[in-house]
Parts: sequence; structure tokens; C-alpha cells
Amino acid sequence: MSATALPQAAAPLLGFGRLLRHFGFPVAPEQVSGFMQAVTLLGPRSMNDIHEAALATLAPPPDRRDEFEAHFQSHFYGSTAAVVEGDSDEETRIKDDGGASDEASEVVRQEEGGELASSAERLSARDFQRDGDGLTAFRRKLSAALPARRSFRTVRTHARGKLDLRRSLREIVSADGDIPSPLLRRRQIVPRKLLMLIDVSGSMKLHTSGYLKLAHAAVQGADRAEIFTFGTRLTRITSALRIRDRDQALARVAALVDDWDGGTRMGPTLLAFLSVPRFSAFARGAMVVILSDALERGDHAELEMAMRRLSARAFRLTLATPLAGDPRFQPATSALRAILPVLDDLVDGSSIAGLTEFILSLARPAPAAAAIWKRVS
Amino acid sequence: MPKRSARTTSARTTSARTGSAETVATSPEAVASRLAASRYLADESLATAIFLAIRLGKPLLLEGAPGVGKTEAAKAIADLLGRDLVRLQCYEGIDAAHALYEWNYQRQLLAIRHAGEHEIDIYDDRFLIARPLLQVLKAPEKRVLLVDEIDRSDHEFEALLLEFLSDFQISIPERGTIRATAQPIVILTSNRTRELAEALRRRCVYHWITYPDAEREAAIIMLRAGDVAQATARAVASAVRDIRARPLAKPPGIAEAVEWANAATILEKGGSPWPEAFRRAIGVLIKDEEDLSYIAPELGRIVEEALA
Repeated sequence: MSATALPQAAAPLLGFGRLLRHFGFPVAPEQVSGFMQAVTLLGPRSMNDIHEAALATLAPPPDRRDEFEAHFQSHFYGSTAAVVEGDSDEETRIKDDGGASDEASEVVRQEEGGELASSAERLSARDFQRDGDGLTAFRRKLSAALPARRSFRTVRTHARGKLDLRRSLREIVSADGDIPSPLLRRRQIVPRKLLMLIDVSGSMKLHTSGYLKLAHAAVQGADRAEIFTFGTRLTRITSALRIRDRDQALARVAALVDDWDGGTRMGPTLLAFLSVPRFSAFARGAMVVILSDALERGDHAELEMAMRRLSARAFRLTLATPLAGDPRFQPATSALRAILPVLDDLVDGSSIAGLTEFILSLARPAPAAAAIWKRVS
Repeated sequence: MPKRSARTTSARTTSARTGSAETVATSPEAVASRLAASRYLADESLATAIFLAIRLGKPLLLEGAPGVGKTEAAKAIADLLGRDLVRLQCYEGIDAAHALYEWNYQRQLLAIRHAGEHEIDIYDDRFLIARPLLQVLKAPEKRVLLVDEIDRSDHEFEALLLEFLSDFQISIPERGTIRATAQPIVILTSNRTRELAEALRRRCVYHWITYPDAEREAAIIMLRAGDVAQATARAVASAVRDIRARPLAKPPGIAEAVEWANAATILEKGGSPWPEAFRRAIGVLIKDEEDLSYIAPELGRIVEEALA
């Protein structure tokens, strides 16, 4: 199907698909031809028909809908101002990302707001040194150590299972009606998800590099791990950490996160995490480990609400704070006191060795955090 | 190209035979009015998407928050075409045996024993249990397939579905390939708890359902609730709109709004004065203790503003 064979009126439709692709929307050729068919079917009686057809067939992701509208305006109404003046965050980001590769822009999709270049510059001073801190062993042991649950899927087994009629019957038929020993199946055991939320604010500066190494080992070792960083924003860094080489992965993370060593808005960012259905689904039935000092400035009502919601979703909710490394530590701040009842564990996050040991012990039951810390105080 | 033209001709012959899909969907407005006759009020955008899905012969993918009426839309579409709705509810671990077909092994075993020395075909039709996808494939002109909450299934199932949606055929090793005689109408819904595969989105006509505006919601309440005054429906719609704008863990859906209007009307008839009736019936609208305590102090003001 070449462009010259099409009627002249179809050219803008084709061009719109190309324009969207240029701005990083995934638009397949069949979608563009579907778009043209749809426009023909609808008449088109007005521009609105073209608009509806574009929405239905080109399927812009809901979170980029505003951007899509701006492109539609600029392409079909010729108002270039729409794209330039569109004041939403995403529009500016797209422009900054213009030169970036597809792969990178896909990763950067989360709450990101431009100025990639400047943040990379600032971050080049950070170095993530390589050290043998037992993380290799941690990676190897992790997947077996996470708590498990029974899945709805079944696996073949030789003992302790229910009769697998499907396979057994096949066996019987192939054996001409003889009944060999029956075949069994049982429900599969799958490890639970591990969700780590890492505080990258200024007060955690000493620890973030260690935490990110830990997170890298976790992503490499566990079947399903999700890692986010939060400070004033929320960034998903799981895909960056999937890169096998640690230095490369951490360099990618460094470029991805915009709010290093800034302030913390723990409550609002955690609420933002929960408000995206795709993200909050990660927390369901998962081991949630929050690595933060939980020093929330100002009102902690939002933090409390976010933690309560997280704990309702999670299988086990842990707060690891480096402050607990101090033997005199008490959960005495009002924010900590407020969230203590919903925490399953409040542990020392000051050393990586201690943290790895704790994460490997997650499958073993432990008394609730509130009970432990009451005893201490 | 030849593939597509073959498909459209087959669709055309089908509609000529049954006289349904294409005659029903002549324009988006016709679709909207027929949906309204099936007690579903669609906005222009949704009606267009449904129209396009029927006429282009593509599956319709509906995404949106829980409670905006995705499943209801599917029911209304089935109703509009005069077909049965076959619903496949997805969950983690759903596999081919739940979605495509399964042999009735118990009956097969019995039949083998019963047959004794005689020959018996244990892969006969009577031993085949058709699951939703196969059911629809067998009678595409009589059934509409709803694949509900596809975001709950795993990636493997999505891949399987992708294959089904592109060719509309199922291979059963013992029986060969079963092909649809016409293009079945398929509706997929997702709550967007995870991102769907691009390939799946690409193959579908897509529509993101939002909550209706207050006016339309009032109309929906009037249509769906049993015995509710126009003013009540308006007040409920505007109050619910206000409530949804707040950061709740579970924003109320349309069904909850209808229930709230119903419950408040019943309470009012039982002797509670108006604002009080709304407040006392709040339990059918907001079903989360935390949200209730969050909204409680402001509820009086919200209801009064809505009633004004």
C-alpha cells in the first residue's frame, strides 16, 4: 500500500500516524489502516468523527491522552501553538527526550519531568563502588527464601497430589486401555512478589548507594521484584535494574531518578504510588520493604493513610530505617508512632549485611513490630 | 491485503444471512439509541467505538476504573445485537482448559468400559466440553464473547488470546482445526491494574471509559433505579461527582450511585427528612471504613450543595 496510490485526502490521516510514532506513541501500520477505514465508515461528517476514529483505533494510553489531543489539534487544525503551549509536564518531557533512544524513553515513562541533562551532570559525581558485600550470595539464596503461596496453576508430581485425569486418560488410550499407574498433579507453589521502595532524599544520602546495590541483587535474584525510588517524586527503576551488569544498571538508575538528595514527601509519593492501579497491584500480596528513615516533615496524616493502605494490600509490610542502627533508637517521632501499629516489621536498615539477612528471613513468622518495640521501650 | 478483503466479504455474507450486525449498526447515533433501548446510556465516544468495532470486525477493548460500567456495556451490546453473551472471567492461572475446551474424561472412561469389545470414538462431540472461546466460535452469529478483566490473567493467557483474536480458530489435536464461519464479536475489559501487551491493544478498537458527567449519570440513575424522583437523581449524581474528586481508596462506581439513590428514597419514605436520608444511606455508596471516616465530616455539606 503506497502513499501515492491513496486519494489525496487520506494523506493527513497517514501523516498523523507518522507524527504520533515520531513522538513515541506505539502505532502499528494496521492501526493506521484501521484508522482510515474507520474514518471512511463514519462519513466523515465532521472533524469530530475523525477525532473519535483516531481515539478508537490508534488507542493512545490514557496517561498520555492530553499529549495526544495536543498533537491532534496541531496536526488537523494546524495550530502549532497547541503543542508548544501545552503546559502539562509530559509535553515538556517529550521535548527533552527528543534525542533519546526508544528504549530509554520507554524506561523514563514514569513521573519524570525533563532536565535529564542537568541531573545527569550533577550525578556524575556519585560513584557506586564495587565491593564484595555478600550480595552475590544473597542473590542466589533470595528466590528460595521468599515466602511462597499456592498458585491456581498445577504442576506434575509423583507423590502427594490429585489425579491428573487429562494426562492419565491420554496414557490409558496410548496403552490400549491398560491402566498404568495414575498420574498426579498438584497446585504450584510460587514465591511472593518483593516490592522495595527506596528513599533517595538528602537525609538518606549515606545509604542510597548501598540500597540500590541491594535492589539490583534483588531484581536479579527474585522472580518478581519491583523497585521504586521516592523523594519528592516517584520513579520506577525495575527495568533499569534488570541489566545484569551492576555498574551499568546503577548508572542507568542515576540518570533516571531526578530527585536525588532532595527533600522527602513520603506520604504524598506513597499515595501517588497507590493511586496508579498498575503500581498498587504490585503491592497486593507482596512483601513490601520500605527503606527510609520516615522523617516526614510537617503533617504525617497522609503518610499514615498511605501506610495503612499499603499494609492492607501487602502480605508483610516492613520499614527498614538506618536510624535503628543506633542502640538507643526508639520509635518516638510522632510519624513513627502513628505508623507503628500497621507495620509488620520495623528493622535496622543501617547495614546491608543486616538487611540481606532480614530479607532472607522474611518467610519465617515474626511478632508484629508494635509488640517488639513496646517490649524494648 | 487479500486476507482483509476475504474477511470483509465473509462478514458481509453473514450479515446478509442473519440481517443483524450491519443493519443494526448503521451509524454511531443508531448504536447509541439502540443501547439506550437496552437501558445503557453511552456517550458519543463510546457509541462510536462500538459502531467501529462492529463494522470493522475488530474486538473492542474497554478500559476504565472499576464501576464505570464496562461489563454492563458488553451486556448491552449483546442485547443490541440480539445475541447471547458468553462471559469468560479471567483470573491468575487461567489456562486453555478453562478458556478453549476440555474433554470430559470421566464420561470417556465410562464409555470405554461400557463399550467393552466394541470400537468407540472417545473424541466424539459428546465428550467435548466447549469453554467460552469454543462456544463462541461454534455459533458466531448467535453469541457475543466477553473476556472480562483480562488484566488479571497472566501474560501466557494473553498470548493465547492474541492467537484466537487474530485468526478466530482453535486447534484441537484430536479433531483438527475449528474455524469460525463468521467474524465473532468480542469485547475485552480491563481495569488497567497492569499494562496489556501492545500487540493486543493494537488489534482492538480501544475505548477508555470515564465516569459519566453529572447529567448523564442522573439519567442513568433514573433509568436503572426503581422509583426515584428526578430531583433525587440529580442530587445524587452531583454529590457522587463531588465525592469522586476526593482521594478515596475506592471511589464509588455507577452501580453504587444507583443504589444510594434507591436507598435514600426508601429511607425518605420511611420518614427520614431529605439530607438525613442521604447521610444514613451512605453505607451503600462508600464501602470502605477508612473512606467513610474521611468523608463523614464533609458529607453534610456535600449533600446540601448537591440538593441546592
